[in-house]
Amino acid sequence: MRYSLFSLLRHSLSKHRGWAPAWRDATPKPGYDVIIVGGGGHGLAAAYYLAKVHGVRNVAVLEKRHIGSGNAGRNTTIIRSNYLLPGNNPFYEWSMQLWEGLEQDLNYNTMVSQRGVLNLYHSDAQRDAYARRGNAMRMHGVDAELLDTEGVRRMLPFLDFENARFPVLGGLLQRRGGTARHDAVVWGYARAASDLSVDIIQNCEVTGFIREGERIAGVHTSRGPIRAARTGIAVAGNTSRLANLAGLRLPIESHVLQAFVSEAIKPFIDCVVTMGAGHFYISQSDKGGLVFGGDIDGYNSYAQRGNLPTVEHVCESGMALIPSMGRVRILRSWGGIMDMSMDGSPIIDRTPLEGLYLNAGWCYGGFKATPASGWCFAHLLATEQAYPVARGFRLDRFATGHLIDENGRGAQPNLH
Amino acid sequence: MRIQCPFCGERDVNEFAYLGDAEFKRPDPNAADAAARFFEAVYLRDNPAGPHDELWYHTYGCRSWLRVTRDTLTHEILRVQIGDAH
Repeated sequence: MRYSLFSLLRHSLSKHRGWAPAWRDATPKPGYDVIIVGGGGHGLAAAYYLAKVHGVRNVAVLEKRHIGSGNAGRNTTIIRSNYLLPGNNPFYEWSMQLWEGLEQDLNYNTMVSQRGVLNLYHSDAQRDAYARRGNAMRMHGVDAELLDTEGVRRMLPFLDFENARFPVLGGLLQRRGGTARHDAVVWGYARAASDLSVDIIQNCEVTGFIREGERIAGVHTSRGPIRAARTGIAVAGNTSRLANLAGLRLPIESHVLQAFVSEAIKPFIDCVVTMGAGHFYISQSDKGGLVFGGDIDGYNSYAQRGNLPTVEHVCESGMALIPSMGRVRILRSWGGIMDMSMDGSPIIDRTPLEGLYLNAGWCYGGFKATPASGWCFAHLLATEQAYPVARGFRLDRFATGHLIDENGRGAQPNLH
Repeated sequence: MRIQCPFCGERDVNEFAYLGDAEFKRPDPNAADAAARFFEAVYLRDNPAGPHDELWYHTYGCRSWLRVTRDTLTHEILRVQIGDAH
């Protein structure tokens, strides 16, 4: 059923008792053309584009708990395409363009809000780096504006511009960036995929792979074996654990990233602000809560919660930038498990095992990539070829030296 | 998270810097398959969910390298040894 003003009016006459579930909670069949492991945004988006763009409709998405219960439900919902390197920028810009048409495409309100993403700079060197990044973006056809102090002051007059250590000298602004509603993205893709006959199977944990020589022919699950011609993994955070079941060792470490939300307050920040120098970023949800975070804790973890030093560091950075935040109480904090790759960029590629495909290594940037990741993974699963904008995200780039090291930090995942 | 430093006693994790997996061994650069061995050593990780042997440096304490066995699922510290103990 299409959602529209008319369907809303029609159902209001029956006191909204006639709404059907948004998507079908399926039971597993013995086999599929394609299985995607992981019912997060990336997996569901891949299933949707497989069915819609490539006509592959005999598809199952397997999720060990409920859909959206992993990192899709634990991120800070920022969307942007302000990347420097040629291997990254066209991919994230393609994602941004998909975001811009997503609600019409899915017939679902994903609350995409292009409120602007502003990266502040605090020194001449940082300004030059952002000028370079902005120029790279514009040469790729992406919008970017370099603001001076007054430009930032007009947007955010309450920042501590005269901070002795981190004076706000300006910022790089991408106006098309912003936020989207993470749960709605998951449900929107699930509903649209389910409408195209994709099976969404919850509480179905993959416990092993059906292996025939060097070929993967499906998966063993807590709900029995399921065969498939092609199996895709989209379980960022737990990629190493799953790949280990197939005997693969990957260039990935799992790290915990914490995020925070304050009590709801009146409209205060109408864009996304990041302070790279102090490890802090913040936006305000439509409900009014300040949503903010900083860097990963910095040690391997699967615990989905972090430690107090990082809480303290993030809050100190926030106070350095926005002193008035000190009057706001933090409501919740939580942690998500990041697939930290060895160059800070993702992997969408075949694996050495025939029939097994990998979508992983999103570090802490997976949410914004959801539409393009799904699009490119679907293309790979359907055609065995990399989609042009994802050509650099190869698994073998670490061996061949074709790294996409956006931060220039080398194989130190806790520094990306 | 607190780490029981063999020299300084139990200290807040804030005093320590993290390096990563303690299993890193520098391959023989003169071996015939040195390139493949270096790729594995530099880029590939076991990344276990559970006990993990890792190297921590006591930056704001005795400045010793420690080999810490820590459960990555719970953050429980299971064992701390002096870094070059093995």
